[in-house]
Amino acid sequence: MKQDKHGKNHKFGMVVDLDKCTGCGSCMVACMSENNVPFKEDESRKKDSITWMRVYKITNGKSFPETEICYMPRPCMHCGGKGDHGHSPCVSVCPAVATDYDHSSGIVSQIYTRCFGCRYCMGACPYHARYFNWWDPKWPEGMENYLSPDVSPRMRGVVEKCSFCFHRYQEARDRAYVEERDDIEEQEYQTACTQACPAGAITFGDLNNPDHEVYQMVEPDAHNCGKPKNPKAFRLLERLQTNPKVYYISEREWVRKAGDNYLEGEWEKVKNNHGNDHE
Amino acid sequence: MDSALIPKGAKRCPFPVFALGIAVVGVVLLWGVYAMGLCWFKGLNQTNMDDYYGFALWIWADLAVIAIGGGAFFTGLLRYVFGIDELKNIINLAVVIGFICYSSALLILAIDVGQPLRSWFIFWHANVHSMLTEVAFCLSLYFSVLTIEFVPLILENRKLDKVPFFHNLGHNMHGVMAVFAATGAFLSCFHQGSLGGVAGVMYGRPFAFREGLLVWPWTFFLFTWSAAAYGPCFTLCVLKMFEKITKKKLVKDNVVHLLAKISGWMITTYIIAKIIDTVYWATVTAPSQGQTFMDFYSNNPFYGVWILVLEIVVCGIVPAVILTTQKFRENRKLLLVAIILGTFGVCLNRWVMVLQVMAAPVMTFDTWAMYIPSWQEVATTILPVAYGVILIALAYRYLPVFPQELELNADQQD
Amino acid sequence: MLPFSFEWAWDAGHLLFFGGMWYTIAILGAGLTYCVGKTILDTMAGKGPHH
Repeated sequence: MKQDKHGKNHKFGMVVDLDKCTGCGSCMVACMSENNVPFKEDESRKKDSITWMRVYKITNGKSFPETEICYMPRPCMHCGGKGDHGHSPCVSVCPAVATDYDHSSGIVSQIYTRCFGCRYCMGACPYHARYFNWWDPKWPEGMENYLSPDVSPRMRGVVEKCSFCFHRYQEARDRAYVEERDDIEEQEYQTACTQACPAGAITFGDLNNPDHEVYQMVEPDAHNCGKPKNPKAFRLLERLQTNPKVYYISEREWVRKAGDNYLEGEWEKVKNNHGNDHE
Repeated sequence: MDSALIPKGAKRCPFPVFALGIAVVGVVLLWGVYAMGLCWFKGLNQTNMDDYYGFALWIWADLAVIAIGGGAFFTGLLRYVFGIDELKNIINLAVVIGFICYSSALLILAIDVGQPLRSWFIFWHANVHSMLTEVAFCLSLYFSVLTIEFVPLILENRKLDKVPFFHNLGHNMHGVMAVFAATGAFLSCFHQGSLGGVAGVMYGRPFAFREGLLVWPWTFFLFTWSAAAYGPCFTLCVLKMFEKITKKKLVKDNVVHLLAKISGWMITTYIIAKIIDTVYWATVTAPSQGQTFMDFYSNNPFYGVWILVLEIVVCGIVPAVILTTQKFRENRKLLLVAIILGTFGVCLNRWVMVLQVMAAPVMTFDTWAMYIPSWQEVATTILPVAYGVILIALAYRYLPVFPQELELNADQQD
Repeated sequence: MLPFSFEWAWDAGHLLFFGGMWYTIAILGAGLTYCVGKTILDTMAGKGPHH
């Protein structure tokens, strides 16, 4: 049912061209709006604010005039986990199966009504992509009217995170079903952040489908847990074997190096290694 | 006033003095209950936890009380399964402490989760691959074992014992206690271990991650071993506190020295394993993920190498040497130093495996996260301590916790 | 938790985990039942603190 006509699973993923990202934050705003992310009365304390999509600002650490800045949008990585078998860091630890790996889409779900708020998944996620509802969800007066009816708001005391706008996937599938099509088209399922990015830095699609742009951009190596063959592409913290489905592309070497931890001298050995095999 | 309930022949302080003491601790308890109410009704925004510190003071307290409560299962194992008979003189104390520690741990967990009313999901919708699931199952089952172990002691109360049914029930439960103790030891091995596994399986967190055996990371075995090793230290600490407060000798020296010696050898073997684990982690595991040992101990205002030295040398090797050397452990002051250091050491280990794991950055552009608990967190952490003091005081006053008390204090009896 | 929960799978993980759990519960349950049963019989037979 959930597979395409060839019986092959989807593997939805994202590619962010960091050289195009201007750090404008449109993706963050679009995400919050699309997914009914609530507000806090006081947003000054950022470590308990909910930002499914968060844009990090990183620098090359050099002083003027050689300073360079890169903005790095970070949604949930929808990790495939070790061996890409779906044992994501968070899914494998959730005691109540409140977060699960969907093998047919590669999407890591979060079941809000199942989550009882132990926050183990947050500890396990090295990307800080998971957020806890420390507060009751609140919106400025009148804004409740603008909430999306397709996304359930979350109650206090549960964890939430980017869902790759899964409701859009459901909608696209429903449409395909009504129109008696076997599968959805690339453009039928796009995340809110992808569509909102004015610079076109974010691309979204099926990493298992060679016709999709994401596939062509990073050339995921199916025999190597999806590691990018494109030497300019990388995944965050590749060495931890979390096997994320969010890829980054940059022409700048320091940006690619910032994607992972390297011991002294290690980077020089692996930087031209097509992102494969860091050992 | 309550003399009919006090064990026959035992001397206890006058009831008003006792009641006053309980009332003072009761105030602290109420303060904790108030904070607990705030957390339940207003939510976890009452804490200073955040999305970097999803696990914080409470989880440390949880792990710490379970570790120091490990004296119950280990002493039970030695007494009932290995048949070390002398330990019958301290097993009651170990069981009461265990009961307090484990009920406290369950209470802390009930405050810690965001949706306490859904806590049963962990059983009903269990993910058998999660270490936390293993913790929840073994913890609650072991708590029922501890209750079973505690009941016969309660039934030994002078008044209750007069009721034939209770007298017989206590007697019969004693008869099959070895079965319960063995089950408890089995459960303890798993939940102590899986608490270590909680940190060890987090392969996205190089500070915590460890390789291991089958599905269990090395921290699994280290946690079980350390709880068995250091748990008796806490039992002895509580005994010494009791003796200081009551100005009585309650357990004979040979029993204390025996437990201290066993604890000492356990600490010795544990600390060797811990050193091997640390060296392997620092030289193989972490570097394979691109991180050096010093990455975890620098660039932050608190976590330095001192914490490792304190844990392994001061609170590990030092108590191990004292407790394994007869001359040292039979010296009152040195024994006291060793058991205090041991108790502190295992708590410190749990702190590191919770708080430092959360603090250390993983992404290259992330920074160390620091955290100071809110008063509500502190109050709810002190709550179980107050509860424990009250329960253990009640147990001492009304139950024959120390079988050797009368013999050792023959001159003071009523 | 039970084979008819929809998360249940007939795999080694579930069998070992829940097998262990039910086995433990059975031991504790049997132990307690024995204690209570024997106590009832003992009490009916007139055993008590004075015997």
